[in-house]
Amino acid sequence: MNERIRRLRDESFSSRPSFSAERATIITEFYREWEGKASVPVLRAMAFRRLCERKSIWIGQGELIVGERGPRPKAVSSYPELTCHSLDDLRVLDTRPMTGYAVSEADLSVYRDVVIPYWTGRSMRERAFAEAPADWKALYEAGLFTEFMEQRAPGHTALDGTIYRKGMLDFKADIARSRASLDWASDPDALRKDDELAAMDVACDGAIVFAERHAALAETMAAGESDPVRAAELRVIAETCRRVPARAPRDFREALQTYWFVHLGTITELNGWDAMSPGRLDLHLRPFYTQDIAEGRLDRESAKELLACFWIKVNNTPAPPKVGVTAAESGTYNDFTNIDLGGLTRDGSDASNEVSYLVLETLDELRLLQPQANLQVSAKTPGRLLEAACRVIRKGAGYPSLFNAEEVIMAQVGMGKELGDAREGGVSGCVETGCFGKEAYLLHGYLNVPKVLELALNDGIDPATGLRVSIPSGDPGRFSSFDELYAAFETQLRHVVGLKIRFSDRLDRMFAQYMPAPFLSVAIADCIGRGKDYYDGGARYNTDYIQFCGLGTTTDSLSALKMHVFEGGRLTMREFLEALASNWKERDALRLLISNKTPKFGNDDDRADALAVRVFGSVAGAIEGHGSPRGGSWRMNVLSTTCHVYFGLRTGATPDGRFARAPESDGASPSQGADRNGPTAVMKSLSKLDHARSGGTLLNQRFLPAALSGEEGIGRLSSLVRTYFRLGGHHVQFNVVDSDTLRDAQRRPEAHRDLLVRVAGYSDYFVDLDGNHQEEIISRTAQTGF
Amino acid sequence: MNRGIVFDIRKSCWHDGPGLRTTVFLKGCPLDCAWCHNPEGRSPEPELSIRAERCIGCGACANVCPTGAASDPAGTGCIACGACADVCPAEARRRVGIPMTVAAVMAEIEKDRPFYEETGGGATFSGGEPLASPDFLLAILGTCREQGIRTAVETSLFAPWDVVARTAALADLLLCDLKIVDGGKHRAMTGAHNALILDNLRILARLGAAVRIRTPVVPGMNDADADIEALAAFVGGLGAGWPVELLPYHDSAEAKYRSRGGTYPLAGILPPDLARMENIAARLRAAGIQVTIGGAS
Repeated sequence: MNERIRRLRDESFSSRPSFSAERATIITEFYREWEGKASVPVLRAMAFRRLCERKSIWIGQGELIVGERGPRPKAVSSYPELTCHSLDDLRVLDTRPMTGYAVSEADLSVYRDVVIPYWTGRSMRERAFAEAPADWKALYEAGLFTEFMEQRAPGHTALDGTIYRKGMLDFKADIARSRASLDWASDPDALRKDDELAAMDVACDGAIVFAERHAALAETMAAGESDPVRAAELRVIAETCRRVPARAPRDFREALQTYWFVHLGTITELNGWDAMSPGRLDLHLRPFYTQDIAEGRLDRESAKELLACFWIKVNNTPAPPKVGVTAAESGTYNDFTNIDLGGLTRDGSDASNEVSYLVLETLDELRLLQPQANLQVSAKTPGRLLEAACRVIRKGAGYPSLFNAEEVIMAQVGMGKELGDAREGGVSGCVETGCFGKEAYLLHGYLNVPKVLELALNDGIDPATGLRVSIPSGDPGRFSSFDELYAAFETQLRHVVGLKIRFSDRLDRMFAQYMPAPFLSVAIADCIGRGKDYYDGGARYNTDYIQFCGLGTTTDSLSALKMHVFEGGRLTMREFLEALASNWKERDALRLLISNKTPKFGNDDDRADALAVRVFGSVAGAIEGHGSPRGGSWRMNVLSTTCHVYFGLRTGATPDGRFARAPESDGASPSQGADRNGPTAVMKSLSKLDHARSGGTLLNQRFLPAALSGEEGIGRLSSLVRTYFRLGGHHVQFNVVDSDTLRDAQRRPEAHRDLLVRVAGYSDYFVDLDGNHQEEIISRTAQTGF
Repeated sequence: MNRGIVFDIRKSCWHDGPGLRTTVFLKGCPLDCAWCHNPEGRSPEPELSIRAERCIGCGACANVCPTGAASDPAGTGCIACGACADVCPAEARRRVGIPMTVAAVMAEIEKDRPFYEETGGGATFSGGEPLASPDFLLAILGTCREQGIRTAVETSLFAPWDVVARTAALADLLLCDLKIVDGGKHRAMTGAHNALILDNLRILARLGAAVRIRTPVVPGMNDADADIEALAAFVGGLGAGWPVELLPYHDSAEAKYRSRGGTYPLAGILPPDLARMENIAARLRAAGIQVTIGGAS
């Protein structure tokens, strides 16, 4: 890391995120002037162009890649047309201890005087909630599910290689051709398409203006710059911004700047969830890197410097702050820009190249929150690249995550995507499979499946409030078999999922009608050809996802009920329900018995794993088959981000021995501490699920640094990964833990039951060791410097 | 049916032979090593382990105990039937040693087959002394060979030659403990002379069996200069080219002794430091022996 990067990195790392009312102010003024005077898509595009014309431009000292969403680094825009923060919200953001955003008095007053008065009653969130049916609201408020679209636009987009081959002027020509070929005589949608295409054209202009303003500023700064080296850099920046994104990039630097301008455009237009990702960055940059190196215009170090400058830009854009319930759900600055490395090319050959290693090195050296990277591991991925990734993983930041490229492709082909398109796809956000640049795969919110089971155990009544929030599914005290109980669970599941989807479809339509994204649509395959917006089925492929939370908790709970109530167990259902209702009060022995003597998911024990497979199939089955208004289909993915913590707070004691309000299991991982047979058993359990039927599953694994030490440790880690993927697993990520976790494990051993530590010639579970040895291992870990 | 008394099956072991392994621990050992880190493996019979610090005093054990031993703090009259362990909610009471059939153990071993295939691993039989359960061990080694699972046996070789020979014929690798070459000291430390062990090693060397020598280094017991020289001379003299793994003594077994109601015989002995281990390794290497410290993968 050179001095420039160190300084930029430290500034980005240490500056506190702040809230900026600039975008809200420009948008509000625009709408006051223009609302009702143009078609909705054109209005949105004009608003985008207005932002590009008027927002403050920032070129920081020493920067090589330029452009910020806000007026300065880490200043976060707001989107009042979607969700209008109240003054209280802003004060909370300013003062909350965790993930706060500094809010100035000036921003508060512009919100009070300009933004809030205009948007009250007009924001998408208010309109959506006004139309929410009572039965949906009851489930939402009980914590059965979340709804991303209530305050963020549908997003979750990653791009393909098109923007590196076509500039905005090329897109404008495509748009003109598409408009010229509209069939006004017989296509009833011709007017709508024409409006949408006109909007896309305006949006392209916006992006060009935005870049040209940077060029102008860089030229001005160069003229006033006393340092000739920096002045020359500024002139290169100016030249770059005159070129891209209007025209296709010609070299490595222009390629990165192109992506960054397009990225900024999409997150200025709307606040899609998750933000935006470049997709297969190493694949897209490969031709530029190869050519620049061959022609002597670039060397490895300067390529890395440009990558680092880009990295810092992404880190400068924290997630837009939310309001209300989701503040607790996902308290993170991370906006989930995820960069895919490795994988296959369109024709099925290995896509990895020198840029893959450069990106890994950048990830490792910068150690920033954003962007994060993952490696798509195919059978053709060189061992050297996987091992390089494992070396970064071992350092303990938890990234890069690892994906099974073949499974990611199979899942897409299984949905009917063309093989070449599928190979150019990957994962974005956390683990979500998608066809980059060609698919609108919208995530609609998390589903609290343990809470669904709770409804089945309470005949549709939420025990937290005593309110009937769902349909009756039978008095659980009268269930005479496990299958009757399971049928009640499935009844609740179908009801909850059905209501969730019905309202999500409505929101889907609302976004298509009132909040199209013409700029994003330019960059996504087939929107121009179809004359349709990204939110309106314009993309080549369209999918809608619900995120299944709590697989481990649900499985273990069902396993406990099956074993202890229905299969010769000593408990009656009534006793069990009383113990749950009391949150295990004075039932320590029972709770421990259930915790310790129940087959649990994650141990390669078919008694539990078969239930996990059944639950996985039930949730998938409840979601699949629902059609989407964009012409796509609904599917499941299995991830929780941090929502298992929020859902845990909303869910009472569960039959697996979990206390009320405790976190649920994360992703597709076993319940915390339930897996006692090591990483191979966890992977075997997970491999029994049909991963390719989902849009992605998430597996967390934890190791101590010492367990992965030396070259042997790298070999072990990569062989575990290869085997898991051979077994059909979708994703795995590793935490390599430190002493703090071990201290916590001493205080709360039940939460760390699965923590493997190296003792001497063998490994053992940390909590099984006596105090002296725990101390010994903690001191050993600290000594080795991890 | 042929059953073995299994007191543990561990997955994801990287130090009991090549690759990733599942290690099966068989109960029963004819030796009585002072530093034994698996004291629960000595007796061939199932036992009960009690960790008093986990007990929540719920009384479930007393309710099911057929002899009343669970109500007695000294456990007098316990027949190790395991009924209490089955109902103990807190895992304070555990069965140590469960009779298992070859098929049941194979089912556990089979589970990690894909990992063995990826890493060149397999199953390792340890103990206790696995050669003390020859019928069960040979049956399962034979089954592993039929099923294409590579095997290793961790043994003291304190067993009749015919058992050693049949084991060596079915296992892919023997991990042979050689604690000390001096027979008198061996008897003092383990309760038995080592003539049988050394003879078995000599014959195995002649036959060209695949063996790794494992020597625990216990400060003050077998790490005197003369002991190391004798070890180097013996292993070098075999001429088999077998590698030696030096395993530094560790006191992690102390808790196990306590949970079995015993005292720890090696209390106060500290693990050897790395410099000492390197020093010993250097002497063996000087004799032309390939040495690793800690279990090699």
